[in-house]
Amino acid sequence: MIPVAFDYVAPTSVEDALAALAQHGDDAKIIAGGQSLLPVLRMRLNAPEMIIDLGKIESLRGVRDDGDAIVVGAMTPHSVVGSDPLVAEHAALVAKAIEHLADAQVRHRGTFGGALAHADPAGDLGAPALALGAEFVIQGAGGTRTVAADDFFVDLFETAIGEDEILTAVRIPKRTGWGAHYEKFVRVAHQWPIVAVAATVRVDGGSIAEARIGLTNMGSTPVRARAVEDALAGQPATEDAVRAAAQQAAAGTDPPSDLNGAADYRRHLARVLTRRAVLAAAGAA
Amino acid sequence: MTATQERPSEEVEREIGRDRRRKEDQRLITGRTRWTDNLTLPGMLHLAMVRSPFAHAKIVSIDTSAAKAATNVVDVFTGPELGETLGVNINAWPITPEQVTPTHSPMPADRVAFAGEIVAVVVARTAAEARDAAELVDVEYDELPAALDLKSAAADEVLAHPDLGTNKSALWVFDSGEAGTGAPVEDAISKARADGIVIEREYRQQRLIPAFMEPRSVVVDPTGEQYVMYSATQIPHILRFALAATTGVPESKIRVIAPDVGGGFGGKLQTTPEEWIAWAVGRRLGKPVKYTETRSESLVSAHHGRDQWQKLTLAAEKDGTVTGLKVELLADLGAYVAIVGGGVPVLGAFMFNAIYKFPAYHFSVQTVLTNKTWTDAYRGAGRPEATYAIERLMDELAVEVGVDPLEIREKNWIKHEEFPFTTVAGLEYDSGNYEAATARAKEMIGYDELRAEQRRRRESGDPVQLGIGVSTFTEMCGLAPSRVLGQLDYGAGGWEHASVRMLATGKVEVVTGASAHGQGHETAFSQIVADRLGVAFEDVEILHGDTQVAPKGMDTYGSRSLVVGGEALVRAADKVIEKAKPIAAHLLEASADDLEFTGGRFSVRGTDQGMAIGEVALATFAAHNLPDGVEPSLDSDATYDPVAFNFPHGTHLCAMEVDTETGELRMRKYVCCDDIGNIINPLIVSGQVHGGLVQGIAQALWEEAVYDESGTLVSGSFVDYLLPTAADTISFDIDHTTSPSLTNTLGTKGVGEAGTIASTPAVVNAVVDAVRHFGVNDIQMPCTPERVWRAINGAGAGGSTEGAAMPHFGEAEASGTSEGGGAMGNQEQPGTSSTEGAGA
Repeated sequence: MIPVAFDYVAPTSVEDALAALAQHGDDAKIIAGGQSLLPVLRMRLNAPEMIIDLGKIESLRGVRDDGDAIVVGAMTPHSVVGSDPLVAEHAALVAKAIEHLADAQVRHRGTFGGALAHADPAGDLGAPALALGAEFVIQGAGGTRTVAADDFFVDLFETAIGEDEILTAVRIPKRTGWGAHYEKFVRVAHQWPIVAVAATVRVDGGSIAEARIGLTNMGSTPVRARAVEDALAGQPATEDAVRAAAQQAAAGTDPPSDLNGAADYRRHLARVLTRRAVLAAAGAA
Repeated sequence: MTATQERPSEEVEREIGRDRRRKEDQRLITGRTRWTDNLTLPGMLHLAMVRSPFAHAKIVSIDTSAAKAATNVVDVFTGPELGETLGVNINAWPITPEQVTPTHSPMPADRVAFAGEIVAVVVARTAAEARDAAELVDVEYDELPAALDLKSAAADEVLAHPDLGTNKSALWVFDSGEAGTGAPVEDAISKARADGIVIEREYRQQRLIPAFMEPRSVVVDPTGEQYVMYSATQIPHILRFALAATTGVPESKIRVIAPDVGGGFGGKLQTTPEEWIAWAVGRRLGKPVKYTETRSESLVSAHHGRDQWQKLTLAAEKDGTVTGLKVELLADLGAYVAIVGGGVPVLGAFMFNAIYKFPAYHFSVQTVLTNKTWTDAYRGAGRPEATYAIERLMDELAVEVGVDPLEIREKNWIKHEEFPFTTVAGLEYDSGNYEAATARAKEMIGYDELRAEQRRRRESGDPVQLGIGVSTFTEMCGLAPSRVLGQLDYGAGGWEHASVRMLATGKVEVVTGASAHGQGHETAFSQIVADRLGVAFEDVEILHGDTQVAPKGMDTYGSRSLVVGGEALVRAADKVIEKAKPIAAHLLEASADDLEFTGGRFSVRGTDQGMAIGEVALATFAAHNLPDGVEPSLDSDATYDPVAFNFPHGTHLCAMEVDTETGELRMRKYVCCDDIGNIINPLIVSGQVHGGLVQGIAQALWEEAVYDESGTLVSGSFVDYLLPTAADTISFDIDHTTSPSLTNTLGTKGVGEAGTIASTPAVVNAVVDAVRHFGVNDIQMPCTPERVWRAINGAGAGGSTEGAAMPHFGEAEASGTSEGGGAMGNQEQPGTSSTEGAGA
């Protein structure tokens, strides 16, 4: 478990990091919390010549209020995000997902932006980000641009971040007062989810006024369960109504088959877990 | 030098039975100890192995020139270059005279037989440089068809070793009719087919990986008068013997040291290619060398466990009285016959009849060679397989008869008043009380209430169903009477050795040949000696694991350390007392016949005269005033060969909730009442039981070594080989009944493997019990949620696990080609290069 030798730089500003990235191009890898990159290096699945560590850039850390949204710095550790009062109040779904993300060690070392940029479709943050309509703040030499969640996840381990760009923050529109639940299905606790469902709903007078649902590990990217969202709108928050809507949870998905489950089993799980997640988010479980 | 100190014996608290915290833990869990990988010797060089990515291939050529030219590389060796100095890795237990045993070179010259086999070794000044250079070794392979599936391999469809002409290694048979221990089983089955019950099942024991915490590591130091091998091994003594026997170095020139060793579970009961290669390279270069495996290498090349198909036929009368049991096993050896190898299923051969009074029994095992990692002992070794099969079958019989699974067991088990009892497999069980352990376990779990809840949930069609699993296990442990091992053609004896050295200052050094790797010997053995000699627990030092300190031993496995090694200890301590007695009598000016020894003191009966054993030790050291003709030493040795195996038993009950919508399992309660005879240290026993249970439960629910169709270990990392953590388990409720063993002085029984042996069938029985009303009578292990869900939905027990590993590390780029010697699981990760921002 010894990586191939590499050079290492730890810039203190995003500008310096971008400069290093521009200088080394394809030979460089950015490291955030290292919870995915380090195993890759240690197993020698990749051998970058330069590691650019974002850990010393203070401006990338922390959660702040930005009017109608909260902004999570890309280098904020999961444990900090998960226990942040702004997150709990305005983006409860994120806090729920982080509760069960990997194990305590990973939650303390891994970062919010790092996990999203890694874009593992089995990662726990993609589906909540989609469901919440997060916006990804990406900085390059030419300045900063913002990419909507629906456009951010491109494919397996592939995002809208350009090779010469860095994800600096994630802007999450406030959904204050929305119910939220992350229903995660695993065989052992520290495992990536076989399937998980991120649901957040606005309940009004016993009815689901609005529902937003993201699915984890049901395709090469996290996906929205839009058919279910549409079917739920205006429905009573009851077992029967939610069960009926959740039948469409697997529509349009392309889940993998691997050691932990075949695709058809994952589709079945998506339907059951979506029902449970929505009912729990609506406070009706 | 007469007695002054008074220490009345009633004030001495007995050590045996005390919850002593483990004295070794202070160093083991604070990092103060030195594991093999922590050792650094002057001038030491580091090794990296180049391993085959193919399951079966001819080695066409190996080009080491680029690796040799790399920075700080000292040399690179292939199999032919090391030649005969490599020796061979031996099988110590040919189970039949006709056994087909492929020659196992530690580094084959011409052909690899499993993915992960070593083809070259790089020697460099640092471990990192060795690893870098290993990727520069260019090996050209010519791939051969691989024998992978056990049943297909048994049919010789593809040969694992073409030169042998067959994959069938050995067929070992026990038949009670032929042995005279029972009736012929075919008669019983015929009769049951006509007028009784016949249960026929086929169960799968999946392949498991021992997954000890400390990866294997070896340091060879050839610079002294003796060659020294440090190894993270369970078996330093057997290792020394095997090195001498196969590499031409005289045994007297070999010293083996097993420093503190971080777990084994049978996985370090092996003599390994890595050890032999390090030995050869160290000798060749005349310099110390070290090799420490990565976790990926450990998973792919350290031996695996289990891997059987079990074909079972149970005959019974209509009322459920068992009349016969026929067991036909296929056992996967992997690519080579490991040191115990085919002996593992044979260790189970005497246990399928378990605690039941079968009048007829037949057992056969066909061992089979395949192009997968070799298999050998894994916690329980043969006995978990047996217990699983019979305990699953007894549940099936109960269903057939229409009675509670505990009732069918009680109808057939040996009653407590029937001990000692000679079984249909020819073993004499010395003691036990299945009624008492079962009654206690039922009370602990609230059996009747759970059965009532189970009925309610079934009747109401609750999506969450409840199952109650039973396992009334016994096992044979305390390996082993040497005479029996001889009859079974095992290559060594089963005795154990101990020495007790009385130091002049009153302290005691104890040497044991049972080398611990996490069991707590230092604590438990200290308690035994402290009680026996009447000295303080803190005054006893346990020495082990170095053939220069502990020259004789048979090492640690098979729950033998206490019941065999502990008995040797008792006998050595008793010899010390016998040697001290005439000296004490002389010093007390009394007749030896008038002395009694209690609480560490020799006292003259009827007087207040006496002296402590420490005082005798000091007087013996000084030797100023000893009786004529008495040697000035109290030190004593004992080598104990057990007269019989040892038979712990217990009743384990598991309550499992099954979410019928998803197949998810939630263990609600697990209780066990184990009878392990007298207990030396209840705290250590609890640790053994809890850990053992988790390991057995893990076989039932989580663990499986999966190969793909090309023979790559897909579950080659802990991402895909699922080990449970504390977060996945519940608190177990454990208790004991006590039927002391009659075959050792302390009345103890082994506990190291009991939890693992017992728990697997309890868990699977619980899962099946929960969903039996859906028409389910088997779910293949591990009982994954998917398998449970499919079984509920009518798809049977579930076939083999298929599919690739989860691709979480998708950034595989061409840094290590397959020729370069990566090939340690996970290399096949499909993936694309990501455009990554803040890489996770």
